[in-house]
Amino acid sequence: MQWETVIGLEVHTQLTTQSKIFSGASTAFGAEPNTQACQVDIALPGVLPVLNKGAVERAIRFGLAIGAKLNRVNVFDRKNYFYPDLPKGYQISQLALPIVEGGSLTIRVGETEKTVRLTRAHLEEDAGKSLHEDFHGMTGIDLNRAGTPLLEIVSEPDMRSAAEAVAYAKALHTLVTWIGICDGNMQEGSFRVDANVSVRPKGQAEFGTRREIKNLNSFRFLEQAINYEVRWQIEQIEDGHPIRQATVLFDPDTGETRMMRSKEDAHDYRYFPDPDLLPVRLDEDWIEQVRGGMPELPQDKQVRYRDVFGLSAYDASTLTGSRAMAEYFEAVAAALPRPDPKLAANWVMGDLAASLNKAELDIAASRISTAQLAGLLARIQDGVLSGKLAKQVFEVMWTEGGEPDAIIEAKGLKQMSDSGEVERIIDAVLAANAKSVEEFRAGKEKAFNALVGQVMKATKGKANPAQVNELLRARLG
Amino acid sequence: MTHTLKHLSTLLAQGQASSVELCQDYLARIQRLNPTLNAFITVDPARTLAEAAAADARRAAGNAGALTGVPIAHKDIFCAEGWLTTCGSRMLSNFVSPYDAHVIEQFKAAGMPCLGKTNMDEFAMGSSNETSFFGAVKNPWDVARVPGGSSGGSAACVAARLAPAATGTDTGGSIRQPAALCGITGLKPTYGVVSRYGMIAFASSLDQGGPMAQTAEDCALLLNVMAGFDTRDSTSLEREKEEYARALTQPSAQPLAGLRIGLPREFFGAGLSGDTAQAVAAAIAQYRALGATTVEVGLPNSNLSVAAYYVLAPAEASSNLSRFDGVRYGYRTPEYADLTDLYEKTRAEGFGAEVKRRIMIGAYVLSHGYYDAYYLQAQKLRRLIANDFAAAFQQCDVILGPTAPTTAFKLGEKADDPVQMYLSDIYTIAVNLAGLPGMSLPCGFDAGGLPIGMQLIGNYFSEARMLNVAHQYQLATDWHARAPQL
Repeated sequence: MQWETVIGLEVHTQLTTQSKIFSGASTAFGAEPNTQACQVDIALPGVLPVLNKGAVERAIRFGLAIGAKLNRVNVFDRKNYFYPDLPKGYQISQLALPIVEGGSLTIRVGETEKTVRLTRAHLEEDAGKSLHEDFHGMTGIDLNRAGTPLLEIVSEPDMRSAAEAVAYAKALHTLVTWIGICDGNMQEGSFRVDANVSVRPKGQAEFGTRREIKNLNSFRFLEQAINYEVRWQIEQIEDGHPIRQATVLFDPDTGETRMMRSKEDAHDYRYFPDPDLLPVRLDEDWIEQVRGGMPELPQDKQVRYRDVFGLSAYDASTLTGSRAMAEYFEAVAAALPRPDPKLAANWVMGDLAASLNKAELDIAASRISTAQLAGLLARIQDGVLSGKLAKQVFEVMWTEGGEPDAIIEAKGLKQMSDSGEVERIIDAVLAANAKSVEEFRAGKEKAFNALVGQVMKATKGKANPAQVNELLRARLG
Repeated sequence: MTHTLKHLSTLLAQGQASSVELCQDYLARIQRLNPTLNAFITVDPARTLAEAAAADARRAAGNAGALTGVPIAHKDIFCAEGWLTTCGSRMLSNFVSPYDAHVIEQFKAAGMPCLGKTNMDEFAMGSSNETSFFGAVKNPWDVARVPGGSSGGSAACVAARLAPAATGTDTGGSIRQPAALCGITGLKPTYGVVSRYGMIAFASSLDQGGPMAQTAEDCALLLNVMAGFDTRDSTSLEREKEEYARALTQPSAQPLAGLRIGLPREFFGAGLSGDTAQAVAAAIAQYRALGATTVEVGLPNSNLSVAAYYVLAPAEASSNLSRFDGVRYGYRTPEYADLTDLYEKTRAEGFGAEVKRRIMIGAYVLSHGYYDAYYLQAQKLRRLIANDFAAAFQQCDVILGPTAPTTAFKLGEKADDPVQMYLSDIYTIAVNLAGLPGMSLPCGFDAGGLPIGMQLIGNYFSEARMLNVAHQYQLATDWHARAPQL
């Protein structure tokens, strides 16, 4: 039987506010346990939550970025359950009236574009952390994270493969970091993915029973976990065992998912509107103010890169992989003496990206500034450097630092522009390669290329290959 | 020791007494009478006297306000830094608050020393003060009877003149009903006027702190201190600071001429005791004599208020009390096998029967499949009840009726019958559901010599006017000035 995979993702993004969603305590990562938990976070008797407007503002930004409906009145609910890292015994979240509803995100897998619909995005607070190691059979509780603002972003079950799920997660990651609402740091848990996975016979309209894989904190794990889960579910069904709804965990060491709890053990969270918080009202002025402060979005940049810059869809998509990359590219392109976005794009996606990759650096930490790279490309544009020489200059700029012009000067990497000197070298090469000259005259075009190569070698690559071509042909002609 | 706040303020201002002297007198009286009445859970004379000395120093430095140096007792529901803050529960029997409630901050800023923390029904759940882990409070008028609840300790200590005033909180009548049963004056403000920050939550959408004192005028002075916007409470209302004594007028022939008093017919039906009905009728006659007119009004949905309340309040309470889990502070069971065992034993041992009953009711009405039938339905009733009041206030300026159906009942009399106990708040609960201000003031005594209270209910933010309606009655009568023989 042919099987089809159905995937929907729930992503918890930690918002970039300085303080927590309902208290003034800091959200900075990595502090000593329980040093960033105030009386509200530890839920002393009598304390009350006060909503951090910065968290709401970030949710508005997200809603605008995905073309969603912003609920002008949205409500915080209490989700009740007991756990030691949940100090109040309930989590403040949004159930019935989330701040963001609908919207969509376009993803690309290979050459195919696809639109993934979003169900909703709601604000909620994070819980603390339970530390089960290092306490000799006891559990340590760190409440620093308790009350950290999260936007939980829920997609429709629109993805049909692990590759699509990863593409969606990456596109979402790009977007939330792009609009500055999340730092995207997956190691620190700023972007955590739950995947709802089911399979069904191809052509069947109804969804199969899903299992939810919790807390995937890398794109690689997301892909591995879904692939494993899909294989497992198909095997189960083919062996005659129907899938039962459950929550599972992915173990990166074994590459397998394992059952955490079944639907039967699911909590009754006894949701109800939090009486300590008023309904959140979004007025139009505020929304417009937020809209006014939004950066140009990746999808808009892609259209512009294609239509105005004449770049390919692939280039446009690559260059908008992050806001920092797009901004870098645009700065380089803008600084060129002659407009040539394709030249800038090739270098940013080529030599620069390769060097950054090798050094494991983000483009924001590039050793070569946009002005320096533009300076280098300007020398290509004015013919001072050949592409090959430019690569050598780039290498020096990357490893040793420095301005391109100074490097060209110091290392003598300037392209030879004096045709007299090139002609002298050509004469010497022709004299030393009489055999090739004969072959060329006998009609072997290959011999001509060998001669060009010899000239380039004799000039240590500094001659302009086009000029060499031209002069050589004239001399042999 | 029968002095009002107003009078004590004058004594201090004129240098006839110091705060330390006043506090010493009250502390001595507490020492003598509290073993009988059990009105206080915590008394800390050293701390009180230090605060009194600071108040005297402040007065000497010329920085005294109207109430600087006048002592007050605080219901043990308000977190007060350095004070044991138990909320009447074993669960918090070891909890020393590391911070001050907004209300406590305000009284500290006013320079009013704290005489102690008053007894109360556990987590404010009760109408007789019998659910306190620290034992029942006795009614100073008859120590075999209850003082009402949940602010029973505050009511009893003011009635017995162990303190000139006290703070209380009112979720369904917890200021007004004990004020009535103890013969004092108490005010529950409009929801949102007094910050709930640091006031241990019972039912967040209903809880409201307020003053309890001998007179309406004293309540006005106290409300001046307590009320005010607080950014730490999202339900606190951002309004300009009010002077609540501004509407208090001097005695005159017809001081209340033009005032329309609404008499809800539903408050005078079956279940109201004869003595209370008579006393309230006499008060109505007194008001007519003061120039007011009366009009019968209808609150047709008020018979649903107890039912709606006992869905909504337990629902909120079941969630509010989840934080008491033995993990971070408060009581923790000494022996437990695992996490679930820790939770179960801690909460089984830390909470009393009434609290557990309400947590279970609350969890039930919020549970999957029941939420719509109970919680949402009760919210709808709540709107209907508020609409009733809105309609009534088209016809009148203030509503008058009994505070409680009976005078103080005997200790243990209703302890085993929660529904009978819940019905003692039948006239007060609707006011909380609507978020309106209400107050209780003494209007007579029953055949057994027990005080009777009448209730005034005002429109939103009409506290100042309502206080004058009470004040004029107190200028014309002396029920409020009578004190029990102890």
